[in-house]
Formats: sequence, structure tokens, C-alpha cells
Amino acid sequence: MTALNELGVRAIRDGVAAGDFTAREVADACNAAVASAAALNAFILATPDDALAAAERGDADRAAGRALGPLAGVPIGMKDLFATRGVQTSAASHILEGFVPPYESTVSQKLWDAGAGMLGKLNLDQFAMGSSNETSHFGAVASPWRKAGSNAALAPGGSSGGSSAAIAARLCPAATGTDTGGSIRQPAAFTGICGIKPTYGRCSRWGIVAFASSLDQAGPMARSVEDCAILLEAMAGFDPKDSTSLDLPVPGWSAALDPDLRGKRVGIPREYRMEGTDAAILKSWEDGIAWLKDAGARIVDVSLPHTRYALPAYYIIAPAEASSNLARYDGVRYGLRELPQGAGLQEMYAATRAAGFGEEVKRRVLIGTYVLSAGFYDAYYTQAMKVRTLVARDFEKAWAHCDVLLAPTTPTAAFALGDKLDDPLAMYLNDVFSVPASLAGLPAMSVPAGLDPDGLPLGLQVIGRPFDEQSVLNAGMAIEQRAGFVAKPERWW
Amino acid sequence: MSVDRAVVAKIASLARIRLDDAALDRMAPELNQILAWVEQLAEVDVSGVEPMSAVIPQALRLRDDVIDADPLTGGGVRDLVLANAPAAEHGFFGVPKVIE
Repeated sequence: MTALNELGVRAIRDGVAAGDFTAREVADACNAAVASAAALNAFILATPDDALAAAERGDADRAAGRALGPLAGVPIGMKDLFATRGVQTSAASHILEGFVPPYESTVSQKLWDAGAGMLGKLNLDQFAMGSSNETSHFGAVASPWRKAGSNAALAPGGSSGGSSAAIAARLCPAATGTDTGGSIRQPAAFTGICGIKPTYGRCSRWGIVAFASSLDQAGPMARSVEDCAILLEAMAGFDPKDSTSLDLPVPGWSAALDPDLRGKRVGIPREYRMEGTDAAILKSWEDGIAWLKDAGARIVDVSLPHTRYALPAYYIIAPAEASSNLARYDGVRYGLRELPQGAGLQEMYAATRAAGFGEEVKRRVLIGTYVLSAGFYDAYYTQAMKVRTLVARDFEKAWAHCDVLLAPTTPTAAFALGDKLDDPLAMYLNDVFSVPASLAGLPAMSVPAGLDPDGLPLGLQVIGRPFDEQSVLNAGMAIEQRAGFVAKPERWW
Repeated sequence: MSVDRAVVAKIASLARIRLDDAALDRMAPELNQILAWVEQLAEVDVSGVEPMSAVIPQALRLRDDVIDADPLTGGGVRDLVLANAPAAEHGFFGVPKVIE
């Protein structure tokens, strides 16, 4: 029998409901897997007691014949960007180290209400700013994957790198992620798992540490498309506490999953064929096109002419919003305070933020402050917001010709830890394929497509119309069925 | 437009982040590299294009004008609000003296 920590969300839920095993046994298996994987550094904080308590509630409900929630018995990892009542929520920063929220984020509360339990708080890039998980104050996460014949530590992607590593290493069946410019999809691609960023506004942002509010969106990460759909159903839904929350019913995505794509048109955006993209990535894209054709879809060539401007626009808009959002860390209300001898209030702010923010966070706050400052606002910020309109308009025009778009998730497979650390711009360029859908607020998913010649996973990205997560999931499932991705990292940790 | 050390120091002061000389030396070229790269946006023709501030068009909602409509985020939770403060005294946030 498969070890319980290797099972997916649906298999655990159904197995617990059927009495094949208890939720407690699953929680024990996952807690043990987490405890034995310290070398990955995927968790900032393990919460085995939370996982056990939720499991025991599930088992007691089943024993008493009470109705079980859609995630009863399923232990998950929680990205440490979600506020969890009574449990440190650090955003992987020093400035929030020791912060214990007296409230629970809407998304995490919904997951607990559905019966899920928390294995711990997952590592991430500091304030979700990064593409390799190396900007965490608590140290980088190591991907469970390694190149064939090499012991070099690889990046699990970022910012949801703890989530991706933990799922790929079978420490948990699923985890939450957040995606501002690719932070769910890129780590999913790097580690051979699935992840979906829904339409902007599907999941409440309330209680998620803010990075760039017009872009931030939560979503699930798991090892199958169906598991993502099940989780997203629990996470999504209207929340009056988030002013941009979508007041729409949550569709039954998992029950409606249908990989038959007859009558569907899949757009291939020609501008995503960029210089510098790995040959193996281009090959997997061709595979994906063939798979979707095989699923019955018609392939159409489409143009998104402003694609190359999406990334520079993002790196103005996101830092601008971050510089405003992160103004709250002042050493007064919560978090770190640095008070040099004899310092006044202004010096305390500056000293606190100097000590509490990491290099990448400082860089982005400074960029954001600059592009919003008097004299530069129009040239940078307004221009970027106009380019954002054009990027979104490109997608709108494409939807006249197709139902979903297929593209690579990333231009390369996972890179080694340290590779891009000294070159912020090279790190930013890794988000080139994921950022456009973020700027347009569109649902987008990464699904494993295969392994490159080094034995590293590659992801394919499906992008859909606003509110049409179903078509994204369906196309994702069609890929999943044909890719037959069963590879998993060989245990070294 | 490129930034020199003095401009970075000015930005850092606006952002309330103390940067020492070594940090300024490191940050200035990094910021210049990033700014030089984002400046390619200037070549995009945006005439007649409105800036996008919300991706999904939505009207802002108003809630009913009720005190403590949501008890968790309403008033009367002073101790919870202060619980994570690095310095709280007598029911207030404590800060260094600001008035001479």
C-alpha cells in the first residue's frame, strides 16, 4: 500500500470517509514526513498538534455519523503569508518575526471549516518577493529535485517555494500559495506539481500579508488537477471584508472536470516564442499542443503584441504597490522595533525598516518609492498602468479567437540556488511567461509536462478568460492525462 | 533617467529605510540596472489609453452603517490590537518622544 503521506487530497478524503484509514493516521504520516525533512527547510514552523487536532475532529465526526467536510482528514501546508490565529505569521521576514495574529485569514478559515488541518507554516520568499525562495529571512528552501548525477541544490521556485517543495517531497498532499506575478505557477513548474491562480478576486485577500494588492491572489497547489479544483472550491468565495472580492457563486469545478476538449479552441501566443527559452521548454510546448489536439481542441495561432512589455510594467506596478503596502511596518503597531540610543521617531522608523527588511524587499520598496515620487510618477507609474491596459486588451482580443491559451510556465527548468542571487534582473526575467496573465487578472494554471534532459520537471501553462477557471482546469486535465507525469524526486533529505 | 548615490539616499529617506554608505554603493548600480530596463516602456504608444487600476471592473460596495457589524474587526478589542506592539503602555502604543 502507498504510504499515506504520498496520497493526494481526493484519495485521503475518500479513504477517510470510507474508513480505509483514519485521519489521525494520515496526520501522523504527514507530521513524520515533515519532521524528517528539515534539510529542505520547507517549513518555517511545524504545527503537528494543529494537524492532529483537525484529524481527530474528522475521525470523531465520522464515528458519530456526522457529515464530513469536503476536506475532512486532509492535512495541508499553509504558506506563511496567511494570518493564522495564535500561530506566528512572518511573511518570511525579520520585521514580522514573532508576530502572532489574533485573527485568521478568510482563506485559511475556509479551509479549516472544510475539515483541513494545518501541518505548519511554509517558507517563502520574503513578503513573497522573489522567484527562488532565497530571499526568506529563514533561509532558502532546497528543491527535493536534483539534476541527474549532481548534488547541487536547486531552487524550488518562488515565492511559494516552501509549498512547492513540501508537496513535491510528499510531506503534504497540498498547500496554499499566493501569486502576484507567478508565485504559484513558477514554483509548481519547477517541482513537477500543479498550481492554479484563479481570477483576481476569487479568493479573499483578507488576512494575507499584502505585497501588491491589485495583483495578489491566493490559490491551491497540489499534485493533480482534480486536487487543485477540490481545494480551490474550498478557498474561493465572496468576502465582504475584501473590497475587490468577487461577489459570484463558487462553481463546482471538481464535479464539472471534463478533459474532452472537442469544440474548444486553444490559442498559441506567438510572442511567447522568445529568445533565451530552453530547447527542452519549446519541445514540451510542442508536446502540449499535440496533447490538446488529441483531446479534440482546435489549435489557433494568436498574437499578444504587448507581451514583452508586461514584465517591465510589472516591475514598476508591483514595487509601487509594495512601497505603499509595506509602509505599515513602522516598529509601532507590530513586529520588530529598532530604537538606537537617543533616536527620535523618524530615526526609529528608518532603523527598524533597515534591520527588518531583507535586501530584495528594500530594493523593491526603493524602486516603488522612486517611481511614485513627484516628477517621475507619470513617466513610470502612469505609463506602466497604461501598458497594463494594453496587455489586458491583448488578451481580450485573443478571446475572440480562442477559449484558452497554452504557453510554457517558465523559460527554463529550475536553476541552482545562488545562480541568480547577485543579479536581480536575471531573477525577474524568470517570470516572463507568468506575469502577463497576472497583470490581466486572468485564471492561469501550471501542469507538469515532463522532464528535461537533466531529469528536471517542466511545466505547461494554461491561461483562461476571466471567471473561466473551469476551462483552465479542463485543459490542464487533458494535459495531465496525456503527459502521464509520474516522476518524483529521489529522496536525499 | 539614472539615479546617483544622492538620489538613492533621498529615496531611502522618503521610504524611511536607513542605508549606510556600503548599502548605498551597492544599491545605486542595482537600481540603475532595473530602472534602465523598465525604461523600455517609454517606447510603447499609449496615446488615448487609460491607465488600468483594477483588472476586474467592479463598483466599490458600501456596507450598512452599523457599528461593529463584524465584531472581529469592529471596536472594543484594544488589548488584541495592542497585543503585538513592541511597546504598549496604559492602553496606548508607545513611541519615542516626538514633541520637544
